[in-house]
Amino acid sequence: MSADIAQRLHTREQVATRSRRARIVRGLGPLTAVVGIVWAVAQPWRLTLLHPHGQGLWWLIVEPPLYVVLVGVLFRFVVAPGLVEDMEAEE
Amino acid sequence: MIVAGIEPKAEMVHWWFATGVLVLGLLFIAQTIVGPEVWGRRPWRRYLWPGFLFLLGVLMWPVMALYTNSMIHMVAHGSWAQTLMIAGAAELGVAHGKLHSQYWRLTSAGAMLVSGTAFLVHEQNGWFFERASFLHHALGWTLIVASVFPLLQAFRPRSVVAASGFAMTFLVIAVFLYCDRDTAPVLGHFSQFAGVPHR
Repeated sequence: MSADIAQRLHTREQVATRSRRARIVRGLGPLTAVVGIVWAVAQPWRLTLLHPHGQGLWWLIVEPPLYVVLVGVLFRFVVAPGLVEDMEAEE
Repeated sequence: MIVAGIEPKAEMVHWWFATGVLVLGLLFIAQTIVGPEVWGRRPWRRYLWPGFLFLLGVLMWPVMALYTNSMIHMVAHGSWAQTLMIAGAAELGVAHGKLHSQYWRLTSAGAMLVSGTAFLVHEQNGWFFERASFLHHALGWTLIVASVFPLLQAFRPRSVVAASGFAMTFLVIAVFLYCDRDTAPVLGHFSQFAGVPHR
């Protein structure tokens, strides 16, 4: 009986660890995107789209804070869903 | 002269590479969290970061060709291109199952060591000349010190500390590269010989 309870507790612990990992994986993309947004707010001059007059083509294409947001969004929607699905399948 | 007029500034190239390195960092962190078994469940995912590493190596060649303003720059950029491609190719071989030895991870350690040395060698100015100089020194030493992580992984492939350190190194490098400006002060320092400062 006590071995059964210990086994159930162990299984519950494993599931909790996996779901915590899944939450971290799901959160990596949004966290990255938020960092990009915070950077854009803190240093708006790095976003030339906000003041495009007199800027050359490259300066209008190159927007580092938006790149960070884009990486976060891509990770969230391209990499994270499959990873979480596979983690759940492992359970 | 025409190429010089239309090519993007060096700082922009640093930001593009920062984006690639940030992608690599996120992929490494995710792989460390879920473990190699879950990561390898989908074949395309196994090729993701080795392919990206190889691509960064390929993209270093145009950097070498277009941003060579001295012999030492050419050697530095060329050696990065080669070592990144070697590391990426070795990891692709491991992912595909053609290569089996865990010691192929030593190519990543070699790539970081060569890249770090190249950063230090091709920076002619001191730490506080301006921001780009500071970041070249910081990037060089970061890469040299962090090459211990893939070295450790070659001997202890399942080490979480080594995998985490390797992943975090890429995030630090991405931050450094995003901070780069062609001419900007660093911690209040800016040499009068550096040019017109940006924010």
